[in-house]
Amino acid sequence: MDMLSDRIIGIVVDSFLPLLVTGITYTIPLTFISFAIGLFLAFGTAYARLSSNKILYGISSFYVWVIRGTPLLVQLFIIFYGLPNMGITIGPLPAAVIGFSLSVGAYNSEVIRAAIQSVPKGQWEAAYSIGMTRRQARRRIILPQAIRVAIPPLGNSFISLVKDTSLAATITVTEMFQKAQQITAFTYEPLVLYCEVAVIYLMFSTVLSTLRSRVETRLERYVAK
Amino acid sequence: MIEIRNLHKSFDGLEILKGIELTVEKGEVVVIIGPSGSGKTTLLRCMNLLEIPTQGYVRIGKEELDVSTKWRYKEKVVLPIRQQSGMVFQGYNLFPHKTALENVMEGSVIVKKRPHAEARQRAEEMLAKVGLADRMNMYPHQLSGGQQQRVGIARAMALDPSVLLFDEPTSALDPELVSEVLKAIKQLADEGMTMVIVTHEMGFAREVADRVIFMDAGHIVEEDKPEEIFERPKHERTRQFLQRLQT
Repeated sequence: MDMLSDRIIGIVVDSFLPLLVTGITYTIPLTFISFAIGLFLAFGTAYARLSSNKILYGISSFYVWVIRGTPLLVQLFIIFYGLPNMGITIGPLPAAVIGFSLSVGAYNSEVIRAAIQSVPKGQWEAAYSIGMTRRQARRRIILPQAIRVAIPPLGNSFISLVKDTSLAATITVTEMFQKAQQITAFTYEPLVLYCEVAVIYLMFSTVLSTLRSRVETRLERYVAK
Repeated sequence: MIEIRNLHKSFDGLEILKGIELTVEKGEVVVIIGPSGSGKTTLLRCMNLLEIPTQGYVRIGKEELDVSTKWRYKEKVVLPIRQQSGMVFQGYNLFPHKTALENVMEGSVIVKKRPHAEARQRAEEMLAKVGLADRMNMYPHQLSGGQQQRVGIARAMALDPSVLLFDEPTSALDPELVSEVLKAIKQLADEGMTMVIVTHEMGFAREVADRVIFMDAGHIVEEDKPEEIFERPKHERTRQFLQRLQT
């Protein structure tokens, strides 16, 4: 019994650093890069959905409809395993970034659209009344208020993404979960390894949640308590 | 200073303004009164093109606009006219994420592209003028309604508009806060500012107005000096309206 425990502890200790390093070098950058590109897409899509241009509205609505209505895992498979049949071959990591960004963009475009619409009409009018253009009003007056509304749901989406990056393992990205699978393959201790990797994901989400609350508090400084 | 001819405005086929003719001279204070739904606020909003007239001619200062059936909204046509006037809103509409000072500076810096220091100095002067020199660094939610509205006045004034438009500036205020706002408006009137004021404060209208306009159902029914309107109204509708206010 003692020997067994020693072996288990040994596995946990030996695998912790490689897992953490993979997490820091793959999971975290994958999350940040995909989220940044996704946010960019989300803003573009939100503006398109709010515009009076029917073509822009149509394209953006179609995008949101397709991405939200199909599983992320299936999307990743189409991008990585499917597209080569059309002659488009994308490496595992770029494929993962594309898949995650598209997903973040679609979900959060709705968050941003709703946040922009939550700013009272009087704010637009006040901005116009001091002579601002639509662009100036949006950037200087509306967005700063909308972002405050959007931060909590965006934060949730960000934390989800940290965990969703584990899906990249299925398209051969050697991120943290993939690494755990590899170690399991020669230690034969799935329970230990998968629990260990779960704990590391939990650490990541906890740290990032704290970061999120900091940002929220900072943005709430001008709101009546 | 302001010239409006044959101004019509419809919302979804419902005509709110039915051919308004109005001229306001430089330095004149015009107060618009009338029952709710009579089109007072819509008329005011057509003056700075927050509402685009369905048809008609609007001139403010040297900038003019003639809306015909073929007219299409273009920002670069609307902005020069809008920049002629400043507007004070019923609900203040201060920018909640900016301090009082930043609210007043915003237009100077972003729209007029004034240097920061100059914009700041101008904003400080304006806030001092409305009696808020000691509240400059507070956020709107830290100010009372009356103080917020005075920031609103300073914000509108900071851009040196040719005309100030007031849309029921005291309607959202607690009664005890009304007078401080009226005082600030009165002071501007005394300094010769051209103003158009929509209000329900009849005592104030009488005191500050050079001319009172009574509107009903999308028409200007009667316009005259305040003492004429309030003491010898010529039209039956004006009489009824004023009578109902007294009871």
